Amino acid sequence: MKTIQGTVYVVRDDIDTDQIIPAQYLNLVPTIPEEYAKLGSYALCGLPNGYPPFVKSGALTADYPIIIAGRNFGCGSSREHAPVCLGAAGVKAVVAESYARIFFRNCVSTGELYPFETPIRLCDVFKTGDKAEIDVEGAHLTNCTTGKTYSIKELGAVAPVVEAGGIFAYARKSGIIK
Amino acid sequence: MAMTLTEKILARAAGKRVVGPGDNVWVEVDILLTHDVCGPGTIGVFQREFGKMAKVWDPSKIVIIPDHYIFTADQKAHRNVDTLRDFAQYQKLAYFYDPGTPTYKGVCHVALPQTGHVRPGEVIFGTDSHTCTHGALGAFATGIGNTDAGFIMGAGKLLIKVPKTMRFTVNGTVPPYLMGKDIILKIIGDIGFDGASYCAMEFNGDAIRQLSIEERMTICNMAIEAGAKNGIIEPDEKTFEYVKAHTNKPFEAVYGDADAPVDSERTYDASTLEPCVAEPHVPSNYALARERNDVKLDRSYIGSCTGGKITDFLAAARILKGHKVAIPTFLVPATVEVAEDIIKSQIDGKSLIEIFAEAGCEDIAPPSCAACLGGPEDTFGRTSGTETVISTTNRNFPGRMGSKQSRIYLASPLTAAASAIRGRITDPREFM
Repeated sequence: MKTIQGTVYVVRDDIDTDQIIPAQYLNLVPTIPEEYAKLGSYALCGLPNGYPPFVKSGALTADYPIIIAGRNFGCGSSREHAPVCLGAAGVKAVVAESYARIFFRNCVSTGELYPFETPIRLCDVFKTGDKAEIDVEGAHLTNCTTGKTYSIKELGAVAPVVEAGGIFAYARKSGIIK
Repeated sequence: MAMTLTEKILARAAGKRVVGPGDNVWVEVDILLTHDVCGPGTIGVFQREFGKMAKVWDPSKIVIIPDHYIFTADQKAHRNVDTLRDFAQYQKLAYFYDPGTPTYKGVCHVALPQTGHVRPGEVIFGTDSHTCTHGALGAFATGIGNTDAGFIMGAGKLLIKVPKTMRFTVNGTVPPYLMGKDIILKIIGDIGFDGASYCAMEFNGDAIRQLSIEERMTICNMAIEAGAKNGIIEPDEKTFEYVKAHTNKPFEAVYGDADAPVDSERTYDASTLEPCVAEPHVPSNYALARERNDVKLDRSYIGSCTGGKITDFLAAARILKGHKVAIPTFLVPATVEVAEDIIKSQIDGKSLIEIFAEAGCEDIAPPSCAACLGGPEDTFGRTSGTETVISTTNRNFPGRMGSKQSRIYLASPLTAAASAIRGRITDPREFM
C-alpha cells in the first residue's frame, strides 16, 4: 500500500504561482541541481504575512510533506518552478478542492508531487501542524490528529501518466518516442 | 459531428476527423515559443531526456524571444540568455531574437504575431501562461511548463485534453471610452477567477469584430485569468490583413461549425459596459472605475503583453494630451516596434512621445516585461513598499509587481491615464 505521511501545511483559496515562488527567483533553473535545491528554500515565501513560514530561515526543505488547499491552487503563471520548488522542499502531495490547469498538468508531467483533489473543503477542517496520512491507492486521507478520514478523488485520465512517472516515461511506454 | 473552432483545430492537428471535449489526443505542434525565464529549464529537460547532443524536432518551429529579465544587472539572468544563445546556435534555430542586438524584440506575446509566427488554424504552445493571447488570430494557443516544452522540442507533439468551449458573445457598438480590457475584466468578474478552468473561452459577436487585432489580443491574453486553457476568436478580414502584413507563410484558416454544441453561452451588450478596474488581489474583483474615485494612487503603469501595445499607448495619449500627471507614470512599450511607433504616431500633429513628456510621465523604458511580474530588484517600475498602483497589466496577486504590501488595480490604458491625471481612480469619460 502506497502511503504519504507527515505534517500538513494549510493554505486557502487562489494561491497563485507568485505566492508559491515569487518572480525574482525565476532566474534559477530547475534542471541545475544546486538551483533546484535553492528553489526549495523559497517555496511559498510569497504568501501574505500572517502565514507561518513554510521553510524555516536557513533551511532548504520544509517540515510539511502534505499541503492542504482550497480552490484554484496554483493559478497564474505556467512557471514549472512552482511544482518544482514544492517538490524540492520535500512536498509529496497537495490535496486541494481544485487546481489551476497548468499547475496540475506540470505536477503530472514532472512527477514532482501528487495533485489530489477532494470535494470536501479540507482547508476548513485541517490546521497547519496536524499529522495526516494519504492512502494513495485507497484514495483517502486521514487526519491522524483528529482521527477523521476523508475521501479524495481518483486521478482519472491522468492516472496512466502519473503511474508511468511523467510524460516522458508514458510516451516511451506507449511508443510515441524512443 | 459539429465541432467548435477549438475542437476543429485540435482535430486537424491530431489527424482525426472528430474530437470532442474530454478526449485526450496527441497533437502536432506548429510553433513552440519560449523565453529567458523558462527556456533554460526547457533546454535542460530536452537534453536530459533526448541527450546532450540531440537535435530538436524542427529548428524552424521553435521561436525563442527573451523578454523577462533583460535590463538587469542580475548575473543569473544574463547567464540564462547566454544559455539560450548557445542553444540557438548549436541547433541552428531560425528564430532567436537576441537581446543587445538589432534582432531583439521585447515581450514575446506581442512580438510573436509581429514577427509573423501566429497564423490562423495553427497550434501554438508556449512556456508562458499568456500564450493564450494568440487565439486572437484564430490559432489554438496555450501555456505549458518546461517538461512539456522539453518534450515538444524533441518530439514535435504533445498529449492534451480537448477543452469544453464556453462562448461569450459581445454585441452592440463599442463606445470610445470602452476597451478590450473592460470587456474581459467584466467577463472574468462574472464567471470568477476559476470560472473557465480547463475550458476554451471563445469570443464572438459584432463588438468583437469591431475591435482591432491588438484589442482582441488583450481579451484573449486574459483568458488564463479565468483559468481557461485557451482564448480564441474566429479569424476575419482584419485577421487576414494583419497576418499577411507580417508573414508570407501559407496557412489554412479554421472556422467553427455554427451548430456545434457549447458548454455554456453568455451574451453582452458592449454599449452598456463601463470603464472598470479589478481591485486587489485577484483579477475577478470587478468594480466600476467611477465608483472607486476614493482610491488614492501612488503610481500609474502602462505596459506588458496585455497593455503595452501601440493601441494602448494611443489610448493613453488621447487622455493625457494637454494634461499633467499627478503621480509617477511608467511607460513600458511591449516591443521595439511599439517603441518606434510611439515616436512615429501622432495625435493632432503631436507625437506620442511629446505628449507623454509634456504630461510629465517618466522617461519611456526599453521594451520588456519589466515590472508586470516584479522580477529582479533593479527592474524598472518594480514596487518596493506599500505603493497603490493602477496598471494596464494582467495580474494583481499579492507581490505580483514586487512588494507583497503594494496594491495593484488592473485597468484599461484609458482608465490608467485618466487616473494618473487625478492621482485617484478616475473614469476616462471625465476627460473625453
